[in-house]
This record gives sequence, structure tokens and C-alpha cells, in this order.
Amino acid sequence: MFEEPQPIKFKYFTPGVIILCLIAINGLAFIAARIIFGIGSVTNLNNLYPWGLWIGVDVAAGVALAAGGFTSAALGHVMHKEQFHAIVRPALLTAMLGYTFVAMAVAVDIGRYYYIWHPLVMWNPNSALFEVGICVMIYLTVLYIEFMPILTEKLNGKIKFNGLLHYLNEPLNKLVNFLDKILSKAMFVFIIAGVVLSTLHQSSLGTLMVIAGNKMHPLWQTPVLPLMFLISAISVGFPMVIFESMLASRSLGIKPEMEVLSKLGRFVGPILGIYLAFKLGDMFIRETFRYLAHFNIESVMFIFEMVFGVIVPLIMFLMDRVLKSPLKLFIGSCLVIFGVLLNRINNFIIAYHPPYSKEAYIPSFGEFSVTIGCIAMLVLLYRLAVRYLPVINLHQHPMKVVIDE
Amino acid sequence: MKEISRRSFLTSIGAAATGSLAISANQALSQPTNILSEDRRGVLVDTSNCVGCRSCEWACKNAHGIDAGDIESYKDRSVFNNMRRPGIDSYTVVNEFSNEKNPLLPIDVKVQCMHCDKPACVSACIVGAINKHEDGSVVWDTDKCIGCRYCMVACQFQIPVFEFEKAIQPEIRKCDFCYERFKKGKLPACVEICPLEALTYGPRNELIKLARQKIKRNPEKYINYIYGEKEVGGTSWLYLASRDFQSIGLPKLNNKPAPGVSESIQHGIFAYFVPPVALYSWLGAMMWITKRKEEVKQEKEIDYV
Ligand code: SF4
Ligand code: SF4
Ligand code: SF4
Repeated sequence: MFEEPQPIKFKYFTPGVIILCLIAINGLAFIAARIIFGIGSVTNLNNLYPWGLWIGVDVAAGVALAAGGFTSAALGHVMHKEQFHAIVRPALLTAMLGYTFVAMAVAVDIGRYYYIWHPLVMWNPNSALFEVGICVMIYLTVLYIEFMPILTEKLNGKIKFNGLLHYLNEPLNKLVNFLDKILSKAMFVFIIAGVVLSTLHQSSLGTLMVIAGNKMHPLWQTPVLPLMFLISAISVGFPMVIFESMLASRSLGIKPEMEVLSKLGRFVGPILGIYLAFKLGDMFIRETFRYLAHFNIESVMFIFEMVFGVIVPLIMFLMDRVLKSPLKLFIGSCLVIFGVLLNRINNFIIAYHPPYSKEAYIPSFGEFSVTIGCIAMLVLLYRLAVRYLPVINLHQHPMKVVIDE
Repeated sequence: MKEISRRSFLTSIGAAATGSLAISANQALSQPTNILSEDRRGVLVDTSNCVGCRSCEWACKNAHGIDAGDIESYKDRSVFNNMRRPGIDSYTVVNEFSNEKNPLLPIDVKVQCMHCDKPACVSACIVGAINKHEDGSVVWDTDKCIGCRYCMVACQFQIPVFEFEKAIQPEIRKCDFCYERFKKGKLPACVEICPLEALTYGPRNELIKLARQKIKRNPEKYINYIYGEKEVGGTSWLYLASRDFQSIGLPKLNNKPAPGVSESIQHGIFAYFVPPVALYSWLGAMMWITKRKEEVKQEKEIDYV
């Protein structure tokens, strides 16, 4: 039988974690500066380049890289592949944290953060951004609901206040117990909703740049951008789960669950294959390969993205040798993640050529600080969560280890 | 009789009240206004008549409460050394391009929002803060805007600008076709002040006829092309020039409305919510079937044991 997930005890503060804290504080300082002095004081954005690193990486790439949540939910819950249940909770945790930071990045990037609720009551169904905004808001709520059982599991029957608050113990425990029961019955509704919402906004993120028309380099500008975004998000879902799982095992000092991970890896090759086919098909139908003959930043970035982000990992994931070796599997996953990250940067930053632009946009130190700071905060919160909440399955049961070896 | 009529009166009041409620709820939740009126107005910019006096820049600022400074200072022609773009305190600017054929007669080109027939900014705006009105004007609304700057990404003419330096209530700024003046029956400030016949205001249909006549009468003065007649589905502001428009700073665009592709994708994905609902049902069915299988398998295993 499979072990139940449980909190894992480890030392929270290590030298690496302290460095992460410093990076996070630096990021927060720049967020504070942006709130006090305005976007222009922290970023290199201007009237020609209204969107930059924060939209391209924190929002677009962030959403794509959090796709592990819905792909593993689809695999674990919808397809009922029991052996993958172990990855669902860690993936859910990352997705929840990831989307929380996406929402935060949006709030930091928009000029009037205090109006972030406007799309809820002011609708423009023609706008791709409206669709992304609404879907992300609902999906974030769904993720919180999906995560709730992990909290109720932890708290069920264990709420004990002393002193005056002890009157609350009874009703609170009842409430948690009630939630626990209700949620386990109704959860399938939210799980499916999560998958549907994900496919919707993952693709709508691709629709975003379609309206930029001529302003976007033809190597990336295509009416099938939404499909490209969806397939690439699906392709990066499992590599992201593998990547996190391996990093987490390493830093928590437990053995990677190679059995599950290499099975997950088997899905990646075919999905990347479909993605590559669409990319090449699109390129030949629109005859954009002629732009590759010019040597410039676009053609170099495009080739880079395709070769190292798609073709090399595709070959790797099709090889048994790679799927069985922790190190190679890790490298392959890193390449897919790198490819999707680069693709989003290319779509939103490199490909964007506004008329009348004299010099290209290069993100400022402040922009980088906020982006990297958010990643650091995410890692810190992840560590905190697995320490106190039942997220990770410990397969290395002492008995089992003895039998295995 | 009396009773009945009073009752029907009350009912109709009730109906009207619910109706108006429904309308106001609708207005909050529905798409932005996007009127493509048959007799929408426009301006024909005849670049060959423009002398670059920049009075329009001055008048535009005055009409919008922006500090315009002394009109004398606008005689300084050194500003033409650099190509300028509309900014947060200048909704329109005039640029000058040298004329090889006649160096004494440079070509001056006024730039402002084109007030597209199918405006990309209106389609893009996440909250519908940009509306197109009956006179053709495309106007930004400060009450709704969240400052996401998607309108700037969408506009093919690179017109909307944003107050990046402002921390609270930064604004999107652009020419509003003097919509407030239109409602009072006044000409746009720039058109009113123009001392020469460089700017002609009127119904767009008439302006296109006028432009055709001008080209016909003076074929050696103009190239045979009305910029804005077809660009991105047509614009309210139209341009005539003596040479190709890309050489005087107007972007080369195709004739398809900019929002066309993205809107059809958008509506394809959401066609009456059929695709999402279908996906939902399909996933639900999958979940149920695989769960059944799993249970059957487990039952069998138990039997076997
Ligand atoms: S020119 Fe740009 S800002 Fe003006 S209406 Fe057209 S899309 Fe909107
Ligand atoms: S910046 Fe304002 S006007 Fe422009 S798209 Fe965003 S909400 Fe709409
Ligand atoms: S129409 Fe009005 S807002 Fe637009 S450029 Fe002329 S004066 Fe300025």
C-alpha cells in the first residue's frame, strides 16, 4: 500500500535558505519602491514597451510553469492512475503558490493595483486579457479549495486553544470536521473545474499577443498561438513535477521516487513530439523559415528555443537510459522548463517590435530583483508548507528500505 | 375600470423598474460601447497644406487642461530635428520630413489617435474602459481603467501613452477627438485653430469623396492613396500626401481589422460556453469510467485472494 503524505521534519534555516531570504527581501524592497514611487521608478518600461519582464516571466511563464498542478491532477484524479497520487499534492502546492505569486505579480505590474477587482464587475468578453484574468482568479480559488483538505487533515480534531478562546474549540473542530467531509465528497467538481479552467487560460495567454499583429515578429506571431501555448504548457507540466520532486528530495535528504518519476517522464516525449510537429507545421504553412536565414537576435533565439528547449529534450525523453537515470532525467526536465521559459520570454519580449522604437527594452535591476525575489519567496513558502503540512509521501519507510536493499 | 387601469399602471411601472435595473446591471457587466455609426465624423489631414505652425498642439493642450505655454514659443522649429511621438502632456504632435523634390517645402505631418473604425484598444481593454462613440471618437474612461497597458500593446499606431512616473491613479492618455467639445457642438480644438486648410472636419464618407476629388484635380500633387481609408479596417482620421506614407512616419499596415483574429479565437473558445462545458463533461465521464475500472479491478483482486 502507499504511504499517506505527512509533514517532514528538517532544519528550516540552512545557509542556502538564508541567501534566499536576502533575495526575497531585496525583491520586496523593490516592490515597496514601485508602490511608493510608481512603475517608472523601478522598471525600464516606457510608452513603446508597455509590457516587460514582469508580464513575460512572472505572469506568462509563471502560469505555464505552474501547469504541473492541472496535468498531474488530470493524471492522478481524472484518469485514476493510483500510482501517481504521490505527486498530486506536491504539484498542487506548487501550483497554488505559483498562481498566488502570478496574482501578486499582476498586482505589482498594473498601474492601479487597488482596482485589481474591476474585471470581476466590468466585463469585456472580447478581450483575451479579460478571459485570462477571470480564469486565473477562479482557478486560484479552486486551487485554494483543492488545497483545503490538506489543512483540514492537519487540523481535524486538533484545535486546542487555551484560556478565553477555548470556547471556540468545539465549534471550530466541528467546522473543520464538516469541511473535511463535504470537501472529500465534492472535490471531484473542483478537480475537473481546475483542469477546464487551466486549458482555457493557458491557451488564452497565447491569444494575448495575437492582437499585437504586425508588432510581433512573424516567427512567433501566428493565429494558432493559443494552441501552441496550451501544448507547451502541458508539455512542461510533468518535467516541472520531476524537477521539483528531485530538488525537494535532495534538499530534504530523501531518496527521489524514481519509479514514479520515470513513469511520468514517459509522457513527456510524445507531448513534446506533438508540440514540435505543430511548431514545424506552422513554420512551413506560414513559410516563416525564411526569417531563419537572417542572422539576428530573433532567429538566434528561435533556434535556441527549438533546439535546446524542444528537440534535445524530446530525444532525451524518448530514451530509456535517460528515464532511468536520476541525473539525466533531471537535466532533460531542466531543458524543457528552460525551453518554455525562453518561449514565453521570446513571445512577450524578444518578438515584440513596436513601431518608432529606437532602442530595445532591457529589464532593469529592479525588475530582475522582483522576479527573482518572488521565486525565492515561493521556495521559502514551499519549504515551510512541507514542514508543517501533510504534502509529501515518504516512501522510505524503514521497513521498506530494508526489503528494497 | 379605475382599479384595472391603476393596476396596469403599477405593473408597467414595475416592469419599467425591473427593466431599468436589468439595463444598469447589463451596462456594468456588458461589453464597452463600440458604435460604428454610418455618419461618424472624421478629419482629413492634407499634409501638403500643413506648414508646421503647431497651433494645433497648443490648442489641443488648452482644450484638455494641459499647461500649453506661450503660443509664440511654438514658432521654434528646432523641435523638428527629432521625430516626436504623442506623450502624456501632448495628445498630438507635428513632425517634419525633408522634401527632396522641393527642399524649401518640407512635409509636415500631424499625429494623433486615428480613431479606428475597429479599434484594437477597445477590443483589448480588460475592463472595457475605452469606448467608441457615435461621432467615431475613441475615448478612455478613468473610472474603469486598471492601468494594465494592454491597450498600448494592441494599438497598431502606437498611440496610447501611460503615466509611468505616477504612483497613484496613473492615466492612459491619448487624443479623444475632443468628444466633450463634440457634445457641445464645437469643432475639435485642433481643427478650429488650423489657419490653413490642412485639417478638414466632417462626416467620414464625405471626407473620402473630398479626398478623391482632391487627388483627381491635382494628380501631380498627391499620390493616389488615402491613408486610413482601409488601414486596419479603416480609421476616422484620413491622410493625403505627396509621397508614400511610410516615408512620412505612418506605419505600413494591412487592411484587416486588428481585433479580428483575436476576437474570433476568443469567441471560438467560448462559443456559448459549449467547448468548456463539453470538456468538463468529457473529463467527468473519464473520471467516472476510470474509477469504475479501478473498483472492478480491486474487486477482482479481492476475489482472487
Ligand atoms: S489609433 Fe490606437 S488608440 Fe486610436 S483608436 Fe486606433 S487602436 Fe485605439
Ligand atoms: S491600461 Fe486601462 S485602458 Fe488600457 S487596456 Fe488596461 S484597463 Fe484598459
Ligand atoms: S481632436 Fe482634440 S484631442 Fe485630438 S488632437 Fe485634435 S485637439 Fe487634440
